[in-house]
Amino acid sequence: MLLIWFLLVAIMITAYVVLDGFDLGAGVVHLFVARTDDERRAVIRTIGPVWDGNEVWLLASGGTLYFAFPLLYASGFSGFYLPLMIVLWLLILRGIGVELRMHLESPVWRGFFDGAFSLSSLLLTVFFGAALGNVIRGVPLQKDGYFFLPLWTDWRVGALPGVLDWYTVLAGVVTLVALTLHGAHYVALKTSGDLSVRAALLARRLWPVLALVTILSLWGTLAIRPELLRNYQAFPVLYGIPLAVAASLAAMFVYQRRQAEKAAFLSSCAWLVFMLVGAAAGVYPNLLTSSTTSDLNITVYNAASGMHSLSIGLIWWSFGMILALGYFVFVYRMFRGKITAEGGHG
Amino acid sequence: MDSALLIHRLQFAFTVTFHYLFPQLTMGLAPLIVVFKTMFLRTGNETYNQAARFWAKVFGINFIMGVVTGIPMEFQFGTNWSQFSRVTGGVIGQPLVMEGVFSFFLESAFLGMFLYGEKRLSPRGHWWSAMLVFLGSWLSGFFIIVTDAWMQHPVAFERAADGSFQVTSFWGLLLNPWALLQYAHNMSGAVITGAFVMAAVGAYYLLEGKFVEHARQFVRIGVIAGLIFSVLQIFPTGDLHGKMMAKYQPASTAGMEGLFESESGAPMVIIGQPDEERQRIDNPIVVNKALSFLIYGTTSAEVRGLNHFPKSDWPTNIPLLYYSYHIMAGLGTIFVAVMLLAAFLLWRNRLYGAHIVLWILMLCLPLPYIANTAGWLTAELGRQPWLVYGLMRTTEGYSKYVSAGNGLFSLLGFMGMYAMLAILFLFLVSREITHGPGDPARDETIGTITA
Repeated sequence: MLLIWFLLVAIMITAYVVLDGFDLGAGVVHLFVARTDDERRAVIRTIGPVWDGNEVWLLASGGTLYFAFPLLYASGFSGFYLPLMIVLWLLILRGIGVELRMHLESPVWRGFFDGAFSLSSLLLTVFFGAALGNVIRGVPLQKDGYFFLPLWTDWRVGALPGVLDWYTVLAGVVTLVALTLHGAHYVALKTSGDLSVRAALLARRLWPVLALVTILSLWGTLAIRPELLRNYQAFPVLYGIPLAVAASLAAMFVYQRRQAEKAAFLSSCAWLVFMLVGAAAGVYPNLLTSSTTSDLNITVYNAASGMHSLSIGLIWWSFGMILALGYFVFVYRMFRGKITAEGGHG
Repeated sequence: MDSALLIHRLQFAFTVTFHYLFPQLTMGLAPLIVVFKTMFLRTGNETYNQAARFWAKVFGINFIMGVVTGIPMEFQFGTNWSQFSRVTGGVIGQPLVMEGVFSFFLESAFLGMFLYGEKRLSPRGHWWSAMLVFLGSWLSGFFIIVTDAWMQHPVAFERAADGSFQVTSFWGLLLNPWALLQYAHNMSGAVITGAFVMAAVGAYYLLEGKFVEHARQFVRIGVIAGLIFSVLQIFPTGDLHGKMMAKYQPASTAGMEGLFESESGAPMVIIGQPDEERQRIDNPIVVNKALSFLIYGTTSAEVRGLNHFPKSDWPTNIPLLYYSYHIMAGLGTIFVAVMLLAAFLLWRNRLYGAHIVLWILMLCLPLPYIANTAGWLTAELGRQPWLVYGLMRTTEGYSKYVSAGNGLFSLLGFMGMYAMLAILFLFLVSREITHGPGDPARDETIGTITA
């Protein structure tokens, strides 16, 4: 039961990263790739019908953590208080950036919301990456299961780190590059003409950067947390995951050159999925690692809700997810294909 | 009070109060928009459809404000109230996830279709999209009420060895009698906001002599819905809710009514200022024996006053609790009076020319917002000093590792952010009201926004 809920949370977070990942990535490329008002409008229209639903995965993941692993939710959310508050403000800016831009035909109004949308998307990718970095690196958990992290201390990975240190910043950069590339794939897929070509070109240029930071992050992770290989050594089949990451990188490279937009987009989806699966496989059964002593780790065993709660949860959760998948299939089918100049998605 | 606790309470109070300004209109307008869409389908009269489109635009702006201010609410359970989350996650984590899984996915999927998909869908298909958005928003309200109701009146749980709460009955949690009554009362309050806003905008147009045909529809639908739900708000939902509070939260009732001493044949205070130091109401205007009658149905019954309870169990802010309750109940009574008058004139076919009544309807616009806010303040201040009534105190629930200074940082940040949102909201909605319904060119451009 504990493993099931661990997997469910991991699946939901992965769904969030893959889905809202391209919204955020589209936000990052918004200012750089789209040059005219029409092009910027086109970028917004590619994510307009879906971003809100994609963001619900974040809420649903958070809620599921709250319900299934209350200690992790309580400890993690209060310990990462400052960065989470900043994330909340950025999510607000991103939301109004997408939704309010089109209300006025004024360059100043649109400029403001373009900036809000793009900048908040960019910072969100970095913060989400750093968050994942923090979970892997560990935090100074106290005996009562809580901690509080300042935004930064000495930028070193030690017993008393800050939210930002060299490792978590590296994780932030990896996420920024990966989601920008992912978003560029999405924009290339959903638009046509110059905009699509430029987005595809950006994705091609980012590929070597992504390959480099992927290797760097792997090296960094093993340097600070060699024990993450424990599960891999126990179940060598898991070594397939890093191979799958490499394969998805290779696929990206090939499909970008063949201008197969959909296949390229699916390869960046795969890259994100396998990176997250690789991390989840490494940390299980830990949910939040202690940076001082492993006795204080928050694990699926000490953080979970009661068995009865978890069993009945499984019933309504499955039922709700089937409905949610139905809506997603419906919406993505309805808005499938490239957007057209004449507001075909209107 | 510990200054960190005060900041955590202020931040939650501020963010949730600001947030709920938006969902109450979303949930209130949604059924009224369905009414317009239904009337369009049945009569084929295009003005009904234009009215629906106009309110859909207001709804859309309102909805996005509700979404962006709603996310911080879920986060703050963990960030600011971590100890509370840790022990209650097994119970109220459920309705919170269910809100996401059952209603937010539904809403987000069909909102885009409802707002921007009219040209792609058949009229019947578009009606369904409006209906599903209505359903999603009301489901969302239900799960939130279930969460709050469990804090007010915990049911269907057991305590595990580590002190955490675990749910024992799924349906017991969802069908908590407190939740059902609170839901009825709350949703009726939301429709009152929707109805008053609609009537106020219609009255404004009539007084200005603009968009007359649409304005009459707004006033008519607003007044009919306003009358029905203003009455339901008091009887039976408010009445039953009050009796339930008197039964399960007698200290809250005493605080709300400003009843310091237990009394047989207790009077109801209409106006007056509670003086906690001297334990009395200053300058009171009272109705003798009314309180006993309202709660127990007989004028001689004893109502327990605050003196009946240990001071440590008194609500922590009795004056604000007292005023919130009296403002809510007073405004609720005024709503019935205003809507009765307007409905009478509507029935006599004289409302559209009755300038004074139109002025009153227009000026009433902010009042339901105040009444709904005061109602929630009553519920949540009345729950104090408990987080989970009778079982977990507010002082035990907050995040001890988040200092007052860090809390103030985020509280100030939210204040700045929400000030900006408020300005944007008022600006955009007043623009829609200035443009008004039924402009085909404008409907066309809005139809191609974002989606």
